[in-house]
Amino acid sequence: MSPKKSNIKNFFTSLPKNIFSGFVVSLIALPLGLGLAMASEAPPIAGIIAAVVGGIMVSILGGSHVTITGPGNGMVGVLLVAITTLGIEGAYSAIICSGVLLIILGFLRMGKLADFFPSSAIQGMLAAIGLIILGKQFHIMLANRLTLDSSFDYLVAIPKTVAGVFTYENNALIFAAIVGVLSLLIMVFYGKLRNKYFQLVPAPMWIVLLSIGFSYYYELVLQSPNPIAASYMLSGVPTATEIVSEIPTPDFGLFASFPFWISVFSLTLIASIESLLSIKAVDKLDPQKRRSNVNKDLKALGLATIGSGFLGGLNVVTVIARSSVNVNNGGSNRSANFVHALFLVLFIVLFSTQLTRIPLPALMAILVYTGYRLASPALIRKIFSIGKEQLLIFFTTLFVTLFVDIITGIVAGVIMTFIIHCFITKGVSLFIRNVMKPNVLMYKETTGQGAYYVSVKHFCTFLNYYKLKQKLDAVPEDQDVVVDFSLCGFVDHTVMENLHGYQEIFTKRGGHFEIIGLDLHGAESTHPFALRRLIPGISFLQHNLTRRQNTLKEIADDYHMEYQASEIEDLHFLDSFRFFASKKTESVYNVLYHPDHRLKVFDVDYSEGEFIAKENVKTTMFHIDLETKIPEFTLDREGFMEKLYAFAGFKDIPIANHTDFSKRFYLLGENEKEIKQFFTDDLVHFFESNPYYHVESNGDSLLIFHKERVAGVKEIKALYDFGVRLWKVIKS
Amino acid sequence: MSFTHFHTIGIGVTFSPNLTANIFEASRIALRFNARLILIHVGEVSDEKKETFVQTISPFAAKGLHYEIVFKPGKPVDSIVQVVSEKKIDLLIVGALKRENFLKYYMGSIARKITRKAPCSVLLLINPSVEKIPCKHIVVNGLEQEKTEHTIQEAFYVAHALESEKITIVEEISQQEIAAIEDDKSLRKATLEKEKLRRREVIRVNNIVSAIPDAHKENIVIASQPIFGKRGYSIGHFAQVARADLLIMNAPQKTKFVDRLFPHDLEHILTELPTDVLIIQ
Repeated sequence: MSPKKSNIKNFFTSLPKNIFSGFVVSLIALPLGLGLAMASEAPPIAGIIAAVVGGIMVSILGGSHVTITGPGNGMVGVLLVAITTLGIEGAYSAIICSGVLLIILGFLRMGKLADFFPSSAIQGMLAAIGLIILGKQFHIMLANRLTLDSSFDYLVAIPKTVAGVFTYENNALIFAAIVGVLSLLIMVFYGKLRNKYFQLVPAPMWIVLLSIGFSYYYELVLQSPNPIAASYMLSGVPTATEIVSEIPTPDFGLFASFPFWISVFSLTLIASIESLLSIKAVDKLDPQKRRSNVNKDLKALGLATIGSGFLGGLNVVTVIARSSVNVNNGGSNRSANFVHALFLVLFIVLFSTQLTRIPLPALMAILVYTGYRLASPALIRKIFSIGKEQLLIFFTTLFVTLFVDIITGIVAGVIMTFIIHCFITKGVSLFIRNVMKPNVLMYKETTGQGAYYVSVKHFCTFLNYYKLKQKLDAVPEDQDVVVDFSLCGFVDHTVMENLHGYQEIFTKRGGHFEIIGLDLHGAESTHPFALRRLIPGISFLQHNLTRRQNTLKEIADDYHMEYQASEIEDLHFLDSFRFFASKKTESVYNVLYHPDHRLKVFDVDYSEGEFIAKENVKTTMFHIDLETKIPEFTLDREGFMEKLYAFAGFKDIPIANHTDFSKRFYLLGENEKEIKQFFTDDLVHFFESNPYYHVESNGDSLLIFHKERVAGVKEIKALYDFGVRLWKVIKS
Repeated sequence: MSFTHFHTIGIGVTFSPNLTANIFEASRIALRFNARLILIHVGEVSDEKKETFVQTISPFAAKGLHYEIVFKPGKPVDSIVQVVSEKKIDLLIVGALKRENFLKYYMGSIARKITRKAPCSVLLLINPSVEKIPCKHIVVNGLEQEKTEHTIQEAFYVAHALESEKITIVEEISQQEIAAIEDDKSLRKATLEKEKLRRREVIRVNNIVSAIPDAHKENIVIASQPIFGKRGYSIGHFAQVARADLLIMNAPQKTKFVDRLFPHDLEHILTELPTDVLIIQ
């Protein structure tokens, strides 16, 4: 819970940052919108229309804060079916109807809808959607356009297409395939290259820029036609005036037919699930720790979908990848979503003709990568580590979705989950007898700290998780909560995963969330559910040290430090640093402790973004726990990035009489007066005469690091030396 | 002040493995309340049966327990209810099965039927035992109902007689009274509202408690706990969590046929019986 602030002032001070962030997001939204629409076999512009209408309407009417709306990955599968069975005009009317249903869901407060599905089934469904996207677009990426019956056939045909590339005789096709492969490589290696200039432009936009540049290179420098086959170029992008004059009329002719309503329900179901999951995930990333009003968002999304359908656009959903990019770039309120829509309009008005210079394989490479992220082997490994039965649920949903359709797939997943639960608990009576009972008791303890105590009886699975959720949602996140399962006979993976989410949010927001009473369950061993194996640790570290770890051990002996290879439990010392505000720390390991334990060097594994946009980064950092209070600040090298941030609303604090320092370093903080006092001549001289490091203070401790990657042995020594000397300067 | 003294206590007895335990518990309670115990057996009179009852109860008779054995043939529930009114029984003790069978729930178990029909207070024992188990902690409902005041007073009378150490009065605040929580703003509002409701409930309960004679409050720790949950059900859950020995509830206001199909209030507690339950008429 955050105190009320003067909203209008806040809005304007954060506006530059939001405009910047909205701009970066629009760079992704443009190619993705075009690609997703084409993957659904809709006109490419339909995706942009959805993003524009969604961005404008949801930013005005919605109830979430940092989400971005537009055409979604998950929708591709259902839209494809809708468009092929109903025709594009019929599909628009189905989209409009699903918008109406979404509004109704919002009014019925069905924001909890997504909680009724087992998480492994949802994962399976998303993986299937990923495979549908990947399977279909892979062929176009390699310049081999196919028309097959089912999504599964497309997947099976992949090896043949790959082999076929080497037999192309037409140079135009070879060029097209090369562009596809290069684009895919950009997508894959983009996250690995942590160069800030390179990362300034999102990967999809690099692909767009490079391919447009390539086309101009041929036209202007070589004065020869584009070598890529014309049939593999993006076509059918209308100009802005054409869009307005050629608004399609939705065809409600099939209104009474069965397939129409199947499509409407599928669209609604997937749109709401994708949006709700995204909102939930993005809320975890919000540095300002706000809670989204999901029902209000559903209504806004529904209205936007209706608008989009009438204007010839696709369904509007909340999208996770673009939202996390928004958070990472400093988006702090809904204006970023609005701005992203405005920039898209600008792009179309100014550059719609340039867009036809983009080769299709490049665009499809973006989608292939997105599809792959939805169904990556890492995901399957993670599910397997949770339990074999989860894998069974996952694959049931996945295959039924691939072979039949999405609705049947998710239903099969739910049924499979229930059967497995019955199998584990040896009967259905536990569920039938208790499913209607209000099994959750919550009260605020009148003694002690006044923690909220939640006791759950009987069983707690996806069937009745909403009851627990309803109670937990009523607790402000800065409070203490104890969830007791000792009276509960069975807890499933869905609940455990969701509770883990609560745990994260509570710790981030200054509260505490504890789960007790499960020890007994493990001992009973009657249900070997992977309850406590949810967070698989880096266990190999204990037994088998890597070469780097052995060297670290040597350094430790050399410098009289203590070395610990395994993960440390308490990661919260990092939470209050600005750097980690929109990131999630996964683990801290390879810790080198200074003899008095206040100083430590460690490797930290953290992630940016959520879900498919998630990037894991490992970095070596130095942490000093100070004895005295110091002002909060961030100090970094003055450079291009910082100039840009300055443009976006941050302010560099100048230190009097040290123009060199002010020129070379970028100092940021809220309490300008205290910071100026803190940066004494000695400290400034220290920074001036030493190598650059990113130094950050959270008030009572310092965090120092150099690059966003794991440091080598030499670098660790330098970092350690720098840190210890800085500590001494600050202490004196 | 309005509390009913338990002058006459009745217990239904049958020849089950629980017979000794049931009679022992009832006798101990009767001695505590200084009451007369009536053993009700549904069935024909026979000397053999009578002899068994007398034998079982003899250790307590030696301590000065006044008792009477009544034989009443007929349907179990009707016969017991009839004896209750004939003999002016104030408290009827019923030994119950800990969790009633799923099927029995719809057919209606004897214990629950008696609870509905008996004109007196009913004590359901989930675990009658031959050995004496002290009743340390009593949980009593503080529902906003007319009967509550009487129930709480009665609870103190019982606690005093059983030498209990602690009484927790549970105020159940129903979910309907709080606005739906959707975002930070509504959460803030709901939290404030809850706090207001909580204070209102505490004041109400305190008023009731202050009217109780000090003699009954001696050596008893009084706690009050507002809980948020489904009315009638959550208090049973709470009693279980708080490891209470006895749960004291208001008698149901009225039950219709529909209530049996859609269990609520007391029905939930009666199906699950988290602890011994005393229903105050």
